[in-house]
Amino acid sequence: MIRWLLGPIGLCLAAAQALAADPVTIGVGYLGVAGTRSTLSLVEQPAENDGLAGAKLAIEDNNTTGKFLGQRFTLEEHRIKEGEDPVQAASALAEHNGFIVADLPADALLKVADALRDRGTLLFNAGAIDERLREADCRANVIHTAPTRAMLADALGQYLVWKKWSRWLLVVGSHDEDKLYADALRRAATRFGAKIVQERTFEDTGGARRTDSGVTLIQRQMPVFTQQAPAYDVLVAADESEVFAAYLPYRTWDARPVAGSAGLVPRSWDAAQDQWGATQMQNRFMKLNARRMTALDMQAWTAVRMIGEATSRTNSGDVKKVTDFIKGPNFEVAAFKGTRLTLRDWNLQLRQPILLVDGRMVVSVSPQEGFLHQVSELDTLGYDRPESKCKLK
Amino acid sequence: MLRVGLLSGLVLAAAPAHAFIAYVSNEKSNTVSVIDTDSWTVTKTIKVGQRPRGIEFTRDGKFVMVAVGDDDTIQLIDAKTQGVVDTLPSGPDPELFTQDAAGKTLYVANENDNTVTVIDLEKRARLGDIQVGVEPEGMTISPDGKTLINTSETTNMAHFIDTSSRQIVANVLVDPRPRFAEFKHDASELWVSSEIGGTVSIVDPGKHEVIGKVTFDIPGLRKEAIQPVGIGMTKDDKTAFVALGPANRIAVVDIATRKVTKYLLVGQRVWHMAFTPDEKYLLTTNGVSNDISVIDVAAQKVIKTIQVGELPWGITIAP
Repeated sequence: MIRWLLGPIGLCLAAAQALAADPVTIGVGYLGVAGTRSTLSLVEQPAENDGLAGAKLAIEDNNTTGKFLGQRFTLEEHRIKEGEDPVQAASALAEHNGFIVADLPADALLKVADALRDRGTLLFNAGAIDERLREADCRANVIHTAPTRAMLADALGQYLVWKKWSRWLLVVGSHDEDKLYADALRRAATRFGAKIVQERTFEDTGGARRTDSGVTLIQRQMPVFTQQAPAYDVLVAADESEVFAAYLPYRTWDARPVAGSAGLVPRSWDAAQDQWGATQMQNRFMKLNARRMTALDMQAWTAVRMIGEATSRTNSGDVKKVTDFIKGPNFEVAAFKGTRLTLRDWNLQLRQPILLVDGRMVVSVSPQEGFLHQVSELDTLGYDRPESKCKLK
Repeated sequence: MLRVGLLSGLVLAAAPAHAFIAYVSNEKSNTVSVIDTDSWTVTKTIKVGQRPRGIEFTRDGKFVMVAVGDDDTIQLIDAKTQGVVDTLPSGPDPELFTQDAAGKTLYVANENDNTVTVIDLEKRARLGDIQVGVEPEGMTISPDGKTLINTSETTNMAHFIDTSSRQIVANVLVDPRPRFAEFKHDASELWVSSEIGGTVSIVDPGKHEVIGKVTFDIPGLRKEAIQPVGIGMTKDDKTAFVALGPANRIAVVDIATRKVTKYLLVGQRVWHMAFTPDEKYLLTTNGVSNDISVIDVAAQKVIKTIQVGELPWGITIAP
């Protein structure tokens, strides 16, 4: 009996020591852009490590698991400065890292993806929500953990229709990405049976985001801008450029709620999310980073966790093996959203529930009840397989 | 109506010895509901600390231990006076726990810091911590008391811990978000439920390998809604009951063939369960509908629903 016991324990110890002495190192690169964008609300101003902080936590989580499997994860960060070539920066990162989590604008991301294709590096798009990256410009070496504009717009649209706020006043900013978001919102209205009663454009005439006495001006400007609208239930704002939407709540001519880029906002994650075991994750994040977790943090966390999930399932750090597993039919990852997340195999977009948040609370989570789908209800959000223009290469 | 009254009267007369006391933790109400299994009514509601979840009787039946996660402790309820009398020094955010057969040592999963805390129940003192995977939750101990099992929800493993050395001796990868672990009474198999994976993994405790899986398929219900959590097995090791969360059902599984033989519709978001000691009844906690379903084990039928506090989570029945 004693010998029987000693045998396996001795073996396990020996095995554990072997693992500890020689763990497999799995390098993850994080490629972002230097500097932060300016927001209308001071509390929404992103931290300098927005996104990276999520990747860091996932590296810690992966390493806790990795110590049982003889796997060690490392994180290397690079921020592209103005004028710097993203391809060069990405190639340098790819020297030591088989996986790169990217928070880049669409064009830069595509350049990087094409440059790294032959090298076999797997890219995770954690930042760009552009539809085209999953449609006409999709790439076989890019996995998307960021949701798309259409997924966000559909998540909001389903809720507004469920709430029976089906007459929308759509206000669109004058920048290109505002117009793309407006396209997605129009598509959502058509899909779910809402009606856009009128559209208005809010021109960006330039000027400072914040001024000491700006609020007086805004209080006069916003009611005037929204007056004489046809009867509507909700004002839906498309303002990714942070020019006006945050000024709308409580200032519309008619007493109406605001949604879209302000008011009720669709996001992949929020600091207030505490369902489905998320509190533990929020606590871990706070402890590590001394701030609250944003959607970009979550998108980066999910990317790095996907890598960890695949390395533990395959018991391998081999990029090709891990990539094949992630793209394969058995891949699933848990991310505190009440359901398993899987990849759309036709364009490598991560299926995910979308939270609808008001800055203090999670108001609802889409897909909403009753929006059915033959494969996955998550596919009621965004472009579905039959509509897809993506041909993975 | 009269007949129903007569019938329950008959049951009472035939089985007077079968009255048990069940304690249910209500995660949102910060209370514990006390249920009399004779009248199937709530006889008392006890105020406890914040976010009560894991709940279990001490082996001697004198106390009920309830993990109050947001207060970072485990409270002791005196079963006689039905009031909180003491606390145990757990780590931060205790969720589930298990005790050895003698009732001397308690092992607690602390979700917030990736540890299992070991507590001496007689001295009510902390003996030490064991480092495990990310978000430890499920806890059970092998029938011979030699192996402690902990499941970690984000690491997706069942950790096998030697109770004498308090060292991890093996780690078995299971499907995503393992919530609960249960040994067969003959110790030949360990069952681990995976909430997000939607399966129950069957592990050979000697070889430390997954040797089979129980899968669930409910017509008309999407796969994502099937989220297995609590597991209960009859003492003869013939039948297992698996709570399927938002699928609102308990699966009845034939342990030998590992196949589901029946789905029992219970309340909404069913998570945990407990048998009465005579194994006549199985009580399940239904979080979203704020009630307890009573299952007649032999007939495999839901016979009763009892309203409790908000978000009922765990349940324990006096030995």
